Amino acid sequence: METDKNELTQTKSHECNPRKWVSNYADYLYSYAITRVNDEELARDLIQETFLSALEKIDRFEGRSSESTWLTAILKNKIIDVYRKKSSGLRKIEADVKEQYDTDFFNAEDGHWNDNHRPQVFGIEDYDMLGKKEFNQILKLCMQKLPALWLSVFTMKHMDDEASALICEELKITNANFWVIIHRTKVNLRSCLQKNWL
Amino acid sequence: MNELTKIAYNCKKATFLIEKKLIGKITLREKMELKMHLAGCTICKTFERQSAVINRMVKELFSNVQKENLKLDEQFKENLQHRLEEELNK
Repeated sequence: METDKNELTQTKSHECNPRKWVSNYADYLYSYAITRVNDEELARDLIQETFLSALEKIDRFEGRSSESTWLTAILKNKIIDVYRKKSSGLRKIEADVKEQYDTDFFNAEDGHWNDNHRPQVFGIEDYDMLGKKEFNQILKLCMQKLPALWLSVFTMKHMDDEASALICEELKITNANFWVIIHRTKVNLRSCLQKNWL
Repeated sequence: MNELTKIAYNCKKATFLIEKKLIGKITLREKMELKMHLAGCTICKTFERQSAVINRMVKELFSNVQKENLKLDEQFKENLQHRLEEELNK
């Protein structure tokens, strides 16, 4: 009981001190942004925009979540805006990529793997490649090669564990399309890893 | 070809189901279809194992970068601080 009470007072006492934002949160928000947009210039802009729009709606900060959670949520929305903008202009190009992908990876007739993309065991299956620098480098490069919309869907799903329904809504895609993108992305990424690691 | 034979030989469909199963839900029927396919297809089995590992690696990659705590340069932060002060004093 006592603990509950304490927690309650604590949650209520979240304060907002904009003069400390830069020193307290700028670096954190920057690393949050850079992993999601992979562009330093853009990440900086997003941080600035985040602080400025936070200032504008500071009277709506109710202290229910901590300052950093609140700021991160604002930043996250801005990142989703970036994803949305990036992918909306590209639908046509991506439709073409889709076509190509379908015939490239699987036989159009029977759905069998085509020779050059057929999965082989290449060393990531049985022991942990996690944290191996070289491999992470390749992983990053392969991800950057993905079409913008695919990468946005993939990032939202795997980095932030967003619900699929939310991703569909934010990026304006249907549920069926969502799964097609998830599938294509993975087939593509896996193939790229195999090609560059072997 | 009946439906089941089709999926049994269709790697595109099988890998689609693998992805769906990894992060979402598939129906009982789909589970059965997939099981049948994987029983006879070592290639897609390899795909399945790799795909799960890739998901883990991607997650790890993101959280590592976050832990590295990239720093903004001081000049940028100073300017930003200045900008905020201006707004606050308006």
